[in-house]
Amino acid sequence: MLPKREEQTTTTVPEVSSEPKFKQMEPLKPARRNVKKDNRNTTGYLFISPFLLGFFTLTIFPILYSLYLSFTDYDLMGTPSWIGLDNYVRMFTDDPTFWKSMKVTFFYAGIAVPIRLVFALLVAMALNKIVEMVGLYRTLLYLPSVVGGSIAVSIMWRQLFGNEGAVNSILGALGLPTHSWLGDPDTAIWTLIVLYGWQFGSSMLIFLAGLRNIPKTYYEASSVDGAGPVKQFFIITIPLLTPVILFNTIMQVIQGFMAFTPSFVVTNGGPVNSTLLYVLYMYQRAFEYFDMGYASAMAWVMLVIIAIFTALIFKSSPHWVHYESDNK
Amino acid sequence: MKNKKWKKIVQHTIMIVFTLIMIYPLVWMVSSSLKESSSVFVDAHSLIPEGWHFENYITGWKGFGGISFSTFFINSAIISVVATIGSILSSTLIAYGFARVKFAGKNIWFVCMMLTMMLPFEMVMIPQYIMFNKFNWIDTYLPLILPTFFGIPFFIFLIMQFIRTIPTELDEAAKIDGCNSFQIFYRIIVPLIVPAMMTSAIFSFYWRWDDFMGPLIYLSTPEKYPVSLALKLFSDPNSVTNWGAMFAMSTLSIVPIFVIFFLFQRYIVDGISTSGLKS
Repeated sequence: MLPKREEQTTTTVPEVSSEPKFKQMEPLKPARRNVKKDNRNTTGYLFISPFLLGFFTLTIFPILYSLYLSFTDYDLMGTPSWIGLDNYVRMFTDDPTFWKSMKVTFFYAGIAVPIRLVFALLVAMALNKIVEMVGLYRTLLYLPSVVGGSIAVSIMWRQLFGNEGAVNSILGALGLPTHSWLGDPDTAIWTLIVLYGWQFGSSMLIFLAGLRNIPKTYYEASSVDGAGPVKQFFIITIPLLTPVILFNTIMQVIQGFMAFTPSFVVTNGGPVNSTLLYVLYMYQRAFEYFDMGYASAMAWVMLVIIAIFTALIFKSSPHWVHYESDNK
Repeated sequence: MKNKKWKKIVQHTIMIVFTLIMIYPLVWMVSSSLKESSSVFVDAHSLIPEGWHFENYITGWKGFGGISFSTFFINSAIISVVATIGSILSSTLIAYGFARVKFAGKNIWFVCMMLTMMLPFEMVMIPQYIMFNKFNWIDTYLPLILPTFFGIPFFIFLIMQFIRTIPTELDEAAKIDGCNSFQIFYRIIVPLIVPAMMTSAIFSFYWRWDDFMGPLIYLSTPEKYPVSLALKLFSDPNSVTNWGAMFAMSTLSIVPIFVIFFLFQRYIVDGISTSGLKS
């Protein structure tokens, strides 16, 4: 702390002494600056104009329009007719499927997201320890994430866990009982959770980069002080990774709540709605029943939930996220 | 010394077994595509087909309803390439505006951009659909392609982070030489941010290639389907009889993704690492 202050005071000295020179030039400055500023404004807005155009036509307008639609009854044919809060009332009091899909989504996101993050962190730590062949492991373990979003993988997953699929075949070969994974309402959602957890690659890469940024000296110093690997994990690794964990958690929670393709392709919501994720139900309401007003209301409810979650994570972050610069 | 060597062997054994388990489903998909259609689910877990049945690929390629997979692959390529060009052109311009030009209201718009990045597409899907329906754009590629020309927040952010690492002295030197902002942009900045643009282009291509929900709600004529949507129909559990062909087409559908991944791995890894860290 002290040396820094000294530096600051010494650097200000020459500035003070050169002040008269600037004063002489001052009359010119304001005029030139104004012209330049206006120019810069036009330039700046020109550069970001595509964003502004898209922001108003494809984000702001749709969001407000969807809010309006949520108070109407609209089947895409006639004109939306105002029904006040009816959609919301129906949703909360008279639609068990809505509550079911909400429950399924919270269960799914609540388990799949932590599984993916913990998995990603553990594998990243293992890769950080190993010296040889890191590149090969990293590439292969990242592959599921590269192809994970594709329909092909969802189709493959359906066959993998099918009655005659590879999973049952392996269990049979090992002499273990087979199971109707997709047909049993208790296990179907787990196949989707495993599918989500399996794609831990992107988070793993982000964690790995974060781990590489932690100076080795921290660990050396703490082992001199007698800290073991477990203690080091909790006092060095986790605290220094918290900014990365924060970013990952927010993105993954949103992604978890928005999952659609896996439940649409692997199970199509069944059996008995046990995998009816929220977005799938919203899709069915909008594009199978053409209940646009109700689906819009559903979108707004989810938007509020995501906003609350993100706000909670951000609000709580000062208590658990550690930024290096805080210490300086 | 000996102890250390053993530790290494244990470490690598665990990693190899773990990696194999993780990769197994993908290998299984490829090997099933080579099995005889009727024997796909006999000893389903085995990875070595009895005989190599490449004819699955030929049967599968014929597609359904008289439309072959050539059509679907061309459709996917058109959508992905045009949308990617749109995303990168616009995102680069916008990123430069945010990163280097000082203008009034910049911070507010930047916050709006970051909020848009967190806003899932599913939330605006219904009103956008109604809007494009009014424009009579349903069953065209416009709703899939046009929005990308307004910039993709994730890429804007990624490219911005990259531009920030370029010393401003370069801009100032160019300014002294008489360049205006646009000249600085395409003479100085663009050549230096090619890696970030590449990363964005690769991700954009992936997302468009895999995109399922967009085509699902906007396209209704099978001739216009991209591979993702066609594959879903092709694999409908009620209609599939040729399992080998279904696995063959599934495998082919991810080949472009694999090829790009192995060609440009560096860009992808760097891109993910930086975007996650510098937030």
